Amino acid sequence: MHVFADPTNFDAYVSSFLWILKLTGASAVLALVLGVLLAAMRVSPVPVLRGFGAAWVNIFRNTPLTLVIFFCFFGLYSTLGLSLVDDLDLNNFWLGVIGLSAYTAAFVCEALRSGVNTVPAGQAEAARAIGLTFAQTLRIVVLPQATRSVVAPLGSILIALCKNATIVGTIGLMESSNVMKDLINSNGDAVIPIFLVFAGTFAAFLIPTGYFFGWLANRLAVKR
Amino acid sequence: MTTGEPLIVLDAVNKWFGPLHVLDDVSLSVGRGEVVVVIGPSGSGKSTLCRAINRLEPISSGTIIFDGQPLPAEGKPLAKLRSEVGMVFQSFNLFAHKTILENVTLGPIKVRKEKPAAARERGLALLDRVGIANQADKFPAQLSGGQQQRVAIARALAMQPKAMLFDEPTSALDPEMVGEVLDVMTSLARDGMTMVVVTHEMGFARHAANRVIFMADGQLVEDAPPEEFFANPRSDRAKDFLSKILTH
Repeated sequence: MHVFADPTNFDAYVSSFLWILKLTGASAVLALVLGVLLAAMRVSPVPVLRGFGAAWVNIFRNTPLTLVIFFCFFGLYSTLGLSLVDDLDLNNFWLGVIGLSAYTAAFVCEALRSGVNTVPAGQAEAARAIGLTFAQTLRIVVLPQATRSVVAPLGSILIALCKNATIVGTIGLMESSNVMKDLINSNGDAVIPIFLVFAGTFAAFLIPTGYFFGWLANRLAVKR
Repeated sequence: MTTGEPLIVLDAVNKWFGPLHVLDDVSLSVGRGEVVVVIGPSGSGKSTLCRAINRLEPISSGTIIFDGQPLPAEGKPLAKLRSEVGMVFQSFNLFAHKTILENVTLGPIKVRKEKPAAARERGLALLDRVGIANQADKFPAQLSGGQQQRVAIARALAMQPKAMLFDEPTSALDPEMVGEVLDVMTSLARDGMTMVVVTHEMGFARHAANRVIFMADGQLVEDAPPEEFFANPRSDRAKDFLSKILTH
């Protein structure tokens, strides 16, 4: 463990996981908002919105995340000149968040849509029958029940998102996989320990996350 | 019983499900305060007729007029119309993620923009009226079928509807719970609520209905006061139907 006893290495290790945490947090919020909107579009009666939702899901669900992140950097930033903040690291961070959220939103949308199918048609009928509009029916009656039925899959998506965040390393952000690569390059004698520490840190955070979502799914399940 | 212009008027209504002609040139008018019971064999179109009145089921041709206005096609005007027509379903359809009281106050708060405190107070009074005030904080799945259906009636009443539609309200209930729901419906009828009731409960039709409509194969076959219909059905279709259900 001499590698991590070095304060410089240790700081790099800590800050790399802070980046992962921030990437996961920001992307999770954005992906959830975007995913709900996309799901609402896909179940709406408006063909244009349904088409847009379907196109989004088909594009992002069927493209490797590495390509999506590369596009954010080389396409949005280098070619189209999209610069969100002056600080280079922070700019890469936000480009990564854009890519991760756009990609993850497709999966959130599909999870929610399968959740909508678990809500009996009579729920929406009863909502319309008391005079709720389409949007109110979706927002107050259908989506809350749909979301609660897909808490467990949403947990899996969050876990996948956290691990996917390492791909932002490919555009230069010093997140965990990038720092791990650097540490391995300069400490050839400790490859396995370094690897185990990084893998172990992910597992230490994500295993409880999985159990938490399992517990939450039970707690929030709608009794019928 | 009937005063002034009728509340619900269906004129030459047709509805097809693909090649299936489920409503065949149905014309019907329901006066204010009138209780109309619709009976008929399954597949006769009686549920579709009931659901067409608040446009949960759009019709293929013909007109439906509610309170002097043709049914709006969609959007806000349709939502407003639906808020004025209470509906009770065979499978209750209480909002599964809301408490009993929230089920009853949701419409008044979200549609009528009533103050939550006022809506709660009125909701509790309605739950009291249907005999479930002590269950206000439970969830639908914790109640029996009969209790759930009475909540569904309270939920519809909370909108202060001009008419109530009942789509086989007791068909999904255990036999011992049918009575408690019919009691609530009977008291509503006595209070002068305009009601269209699709049901197999012949007892209710006899004592609470002003008129009985008999439907078969999408057509409105008979329209008569209950005494007359049950004593002297005119059509063979109705005689056959009654002989099948009344001999047991």
